[in-house]
Parts: sequence; structure tokens; C-alpha cells
Amino acid sequence: MTTATTAEGSQAAHHGPAPGLSRWLFTTNHKDIGTLYLVFSLSLFMVGGVMALLIRAELFQPGLQLVQPEFFNQMTTMHGLIMVFGAVMPAFVGLANWQVPLMIGAPDMALPRLNNWSFWILPFAFALMISTLFMEGGAPNFGWTFYAPLSTTYAPPSVTYFIFAVHMMGISSIMGAINIIATILNMRAPGMTLMKMPLFVWNWLITAFLLIAVMPVLAGVVTMMLLDVHFGTSFFNAAGGGDPVLFQHIFWFFGHPEVYIMILPAFGIISQIIPTFARKRVFGYASMVYATAAIAVLSFIVWAHHMFTVGLPLVGELFFMFTTMLIAVPTGVKIFNWVATLFRGSMTFETPMLFALAFVVLFTIGGFSGLMLAIAPADFQYHDTYFVVAHFHYVLVPGAIFSIIAATYYWLPKWTGRMYNETMGKVHFWLSFIGVNLTFFPMHFIGLAGMPRRIPDYALQFADFNMVASLGAFLFGFSQLLLIYNIVRCVRDGRGAPARPWDGAEGLEWELPSPAPYHTHQTPPRVD
Amino acid sequence: MTTQTYYVPSDSRWPIIASLALFLMAFGAGSLINGLGREGTSPGLYLLLAGALVMVVVLFGWFAHVVSESRLGLYSAQMDRSFRWGMGWFIFSEVMFFAAFFGALFYVRVLAVPWLGGEGEKGISNQLWQGFEAHWPLLSPPDSAQFPGPRAVISPWQIPLVNTLLLISSSFTATLGLGALQEARRSRAAAWLGITIALGLVFLSLQLYEYHEAYTKLGLTLHAGIYGATFFILTGFHGLHVTLGTLMLIIVTLRLLKGHFDAQNHFGLEAVIWYWHFVDVVWVGLFLFVYIL
Repeated sequence: MTTATTAEGSQAAHHGPAPGLSRWLFTTNHKDIGTLYLVFSLSLFMVGGVMALLIRAELFQPGLQLVQPEFFNQMTTMHGLIMVFGAVMPAFVGLANWQVPLMIGAPDMALPRLNNWSFWILPFAFALMISTLFMEGGAPNFGWTFYAPLSTTYAPPSVTYFIFAVHMMGISSIMGAINIIATILNMRAPGMTLMKMPLFVWNWLITAFLLIAVMPVLAGVVTMMLLDVHFGTSFFNAAGGGDPVLFQHIFWFFGHPEVYIMILPAFGIISQIIPTFARKRVFGYASMVYATAAIAVLSFIVWAHHMFTVGLPLVGELFFMFTTMLIAVPTGVKIFNWVATLFRGSMTFETPMLFALAFVVLFTIGGFSGLMLAIAPADFQYHDTYFVVAHFHYVLVPGAIFSIIAATYYWLPKWTGRMYNETMGKVHFWLSFIGVNLTFFPMHFIGLAGMPRRIPDYALQFADFNMVASLGAFLFGFSQLLLIYNIVRCVRDGRGAPARPWDGAEGLEWELPSPAPYHTHQTPPRVD
Repeated sequence: MTTQTYYVPSDSRWPIIASLALFLMAFGAGSLINGLGREGTSPGLYLLLAGALVMVVVLFGWFAHVVSESRLGLYSAQMDRSFRWGMGWFIFSEVMFFAAFFGALFYVRVLAVPWLGGEGEKGISNQLWQGFEAHWPLLSPPDSAQFPGPRAVISPWQIPLVNTLLLISSSFTATLGLGALQEARRSRAAAWLGITIALGLVFLSLQLYEYHEAYTKLGLTLHAGIYGATFFILTGFHGLHVTLGTLMLIIVTLRLLKGHFDAQNHFGLEAVIWYWHFVDVVWVGLFLFVYIL
């Protein structure tokens, strides 16, 4: 770190934000770009949420009521794609943009213009993807995992646009991740060694590595799809010597690390929030770092546990079963560390803490159902049932999404300089908590009883649990309007927030005034 | 001259225009490809070309801006490290892009094709096309009517061997060019880089000639079953990367001749040489696994 102490020169020319719309279109400021990412993510969360509610409305009763099966398939596909690539990933990148420079004492991201580009590709990519809904033959209908040959031989014509949209998202993610790695490795304040970094930053460093490692693989697999669909190759067609299972292998080589891309930043957030509200330092800092790294390494050698029923050789089933179970060890380390941090802490239960505690409990449920799914012989029963849907929604909704909501409440005072409404926050939490469990917990039962996923109709014996799940989904969905209302109220007329609104909060971001000035840490702070 | 504060550039119009260009290219390419085989010129073609044109303008404008900032001395040693990390991780992402295709090649060679031929634990898949025999190179795919196999494949010991020697020597000449620049011997550096560019161009010409032979004489095409598919996706994307690398080499050499870069500050040039080494390493993998084995 050779940054000297004078903040002269180039920055002097531009103190504040540019006026009007050009501030948002052309900005190189990490805070502006973080806000753009977060607002974009919230918008697409609503779009994907409406799709989820359409799915749940159709599934409210057995039989076909509201939508055609073809449209139902498009909804399940687009809901998944939008939530993964449009809601969860951009939200985490937005949080990284806002927080990483603040937390490591950097003046901005390492490559600010590239940062703007990473964001602005996304609205264009999603415009392209959502426009497929209005195309001849409809939107992609093959599920968010787009297995060949559903996505090649039997795909609607819009698959071509879907492929290019995925390419654009990949470019955005890779550039965003490169920027985050360069920032963390090169821009830390003097004295902030790697093992002094906040855990949010550590987790994002490892996530960024995963992104750079697997987004190109996704680009590769959609390119092979494009060639198969339009240029006569036979990668995923056994008639030419290829193999549709090859698609699944490459997809899940991307897909499994992708799952951790959506949960490691969440681990980072929870590791910030729990120590703050327990008023204790995080238990086992170093083991948290090593556990995250171990999860990342393992994520590359577990992918075929998504494919147990596809006809893998026995040795493959065994290998992927055991490596998958191994992941429970570092994940368990994290859960126990959080619990140990809480142990004998002076806890208070503000909204971020409520969401964080719910995360620990509900993510653990998702983790345990994951362990059940990891057992290859049992998975033959669970595969492609609502049990799988229950599992991954438990890790993604009360997991990833709850952590994003917790982070929003936690850092909102720093971003806006104002406090949100605590009572409304708590109401939002309880409605979300009840809604999420009503939606997804019954899915375990109907899944174990054999209800297949991605089908718009179902047998009568699943009716009651489906009705409960649909009611829960609407409760959860509509209670998110409280979040939006609370954020808008906070931005417009919340009461002023102090620099350190949480009295147990530690870290460089709390040394700054609230709201954080447009340019921060131009003179790097010293960390001891 | 050099300010020690990290340079945070002011607002820039280039990124959002670049996003628009990407969108035009993606939408244009999509409608062009979906309209293949239909009558008339697709409007997609014009969108694609317009997007590509805007992209070229952006690349020139954006890089010109960065170059001028660099020459004004706005960048610090720390900024230099950001660029180095950025380029390094970008190359890692490219490695993973090729890894997907190598992975596909290994999977079909070691597992999928032998299984279709009745070998091993999944040999039951032989029942799909009874009598299919697994070989590599796969000259007769299971359904030879739909995917007529190639008559022969390219011998590694002719053009591919020459191309290997060309690319490996070009890595050395590129490094010699960098070394010369670091000793402040500019014209010598430019000469070495010129030789590197020439080697790259000869490589590309030979590669095009080989593709021509493959299509016209050997029946080795994209339609020729999995051998053709893996052959062309690996060598094709490698060829595109060599093309890009050669273009970048030409640009940095022109900048060198214009007086840019000196013995200390030359990361723009060094980054291109990193990239060149990367395409070289990928080629060695290709030569080994696509051509020889």
C-alpha cells in the first residue's frame, strides 16, 4: 500500500454527483453504481415474484385454472432465471459495490468505468431476455437449467435470444468479479492485512473467484447449444456421438459453484450482523475464512449430485455423494461459529438481527434437506419432486434473500443517513418469516409423497398442502411491499441516523458519517 | 507529475454506449441466426453490423481515453497493479472458457463414445444404435445419415506441427520484444513485435487453409458428428483468440512506434504479451489433445 496522504489533483475537479439522469447513466462512483444494482435487483425481484405468484395461483387448486401449461413452463423458467441472475446476484454485487470500498478503506472500486459497464449491461441483457415472452413461440420454457435436448432440439425459436442474453449476463458478472477481486487485493487501507478484513469482504473475494471460474463455463455451454441448434453440431445429440448428459455435466460444473455464489456473500453478511447485535467479536474468525475457502474448493467437485438419476456409473454416484456430504463440515463450522458468537452475547433484536437469526435457523433446514438429497440412493426418490423445490428455496429465500434484506436494513442508515421505521421492519420480518415457512415447508411433505416439480396440475391428495403453500406465497410476496414502502419512507423522511447507528458495530464503514459522503477514504485510513 | 492518490476517473459515456452496442449485436445476431435459411436479407444483419460498428468506436474512444490519462501521468503504481490483477483474472476467465470445451472433448472421448459402442458400465446404451463401433477419431457417428462422418482427419505432423512451431517461437519473439523495451531499445522491440505479428498472421493463414482442406477434401465439417464439433469449437475459438491477439499486437506495436511506452511504464504492451502467451499455451493443449492423441 503506497498511497500517500494528499488528496489533491484529479478528484478535486468532481466533488459531488453530476446533475440529473446523467449521474446514473455515466457514473463511475461505487456508491451510485451500488445503488443502481440494488434498485435493479429489487425491481427484478418484483418481476420474478409476480411470476412466482402466477405459478402459485395456478397451483392453488388441482386442475388447470388460470394459465396454459405452455405458459406455466415459461413462468417456471423465467422465474428461476430472473431470480438467480436478475435478483440475487445483482443484489450481492450491489452490496459489494457499496460496502467493499467502505469496509477496506478504498477511495472507490479499482476499475470504476468497468464497474459502470458491468452494471449497465444488465438492463439490456434482461430487456433481451424478457422480450422473449412476446416472441413467436413464447419465452424459453425448458426450466432455468435448460437441459438439452429440451433447450436444443425442442426449444422455441427464442432460445437464440436467451443464449445471447446469458452471454451478456456472463460478461457483466465476470467484469464485476474482476473488479471486486482487484479492489480487495489492491485497494486495502495500509495496515489492513488479509486476515484483518471484514468477513463480508473475505466472502466476496472468494465468491468473485468462483464467478470468474464458472461464468465462462456457462458461456461455453450456451455456445455449444447455439451451435447444436443452428449450425448442425452434435455436442448434445447421441446420433452424432455426443451426449445430452454432457450438457448436464457442463451446466452443473457451472451450476454448483453458482449456488455458492448466491450463498457465500450471504454468509459474509450474517457474519457482520450477528457480532454487531450480539455485541461480541465473531467467534472463530480464521476458521470462518478457511471454511469459506473449503466450501469454494469443494464446490468444484460435487456437481453431479444434481444428476444422480441420469445414469452415472456407480463410482460416480459414490464419489459425488461423499464429496457432497463433506460440504456439511465447513458449513457446520460456520453455523456453530454463529451460534457460539451469540452464546452469552448481549443480544438485541433489531430488524437486521431478526432476519439474520432467521437465516441461521432456516438456512440450516435447507442445509439438512440438502444432506438428505446428497444420499444418492435416497435421491432416486426425491429427484425432481417438490422436496428439491423446498430444499433450494429454503437456502435461497430465507437464505440468500433474507441475508440481502438483513443487509439492506443494516446498512440503510449508512447509505441514506436516515433510519428506517423499526416497527414496520419488525412487522415485515414476521410476515416474511411466517409467509416463507407456510410456502416452502409443506413442499417437503408433498415432495416426499411424490409430487413432481414443474407440472401445472397435480393429484388430489396434494391439494391441501398446495393451498397452504399458495397462501403463504401471497403473504410473503405482498409483505415485501412493506420493505419497499419502508425504504421509500426512510429515504424521504426517516429520522437522521448517527455515524454508528448500531452500538455494537465495528469496522471502517462506521467511522464515516451517515450518509457516507459521495467520495470517501480519499486519504486511506490507517488500520492497526 | 505522478499523483500518489488513486485516480478515480470522472463520469464516462463509453460504458453505457458499449452496453447498447452489445445489445444491438446480441439482438441482431439473434434475429440473423433465427432467420437463416429464410428468403431475403435479415434486418438482424444490419443491427449486428451497427452494433459492431458502435463497439469498435467505443473501443477506440475508451482506450484512447485511457491511453491519454496514462500519458498524462494520472496513474500511480497502485493503478498499474489494478490493471495487472484485472488482466490476470481476465485471462483466467478465458482459461475456464476453453476448459469447458476441453472438458467436453475429454468426456465424449473417454466416456460417451465408448459407452455408445458398448464398453464399460453404461454399455447398455449400445442398444440405441446396435452395431455402432466406438473409435477415435470418430469417422462413422452412430447415425451416419444425419451426421455423415469425416473421411479422414487432419494429420498432426504437417500443418499443425508447423503451426505449433510458429506459435511457440512467436511467444519467444514477443518476450524478446518486451525485454528490448525494458532495456529502452525501442526499435529493436518494435522489430521483435513485428516478427511476432508476422508469425501470428502466417499461423492464421495456415489455419484457414487447413479449414478449407477440412471442408472440401476431408468432409470434416461442423455436421460431421462429435469429432467435427469438438475440433471446430476448440480450434475455432482458439483461432478467434489468435486473431484478437494479433490485432492487439498490431495496435501496441503502432503505439510503440508512436512513442508510447517506456522502459518502466508499458503495461498495455505487457498485457497483450500475456494474452499472447495464453493463446500459445492453449494451442499446445490443442496440438496435444485434438491433433496428436
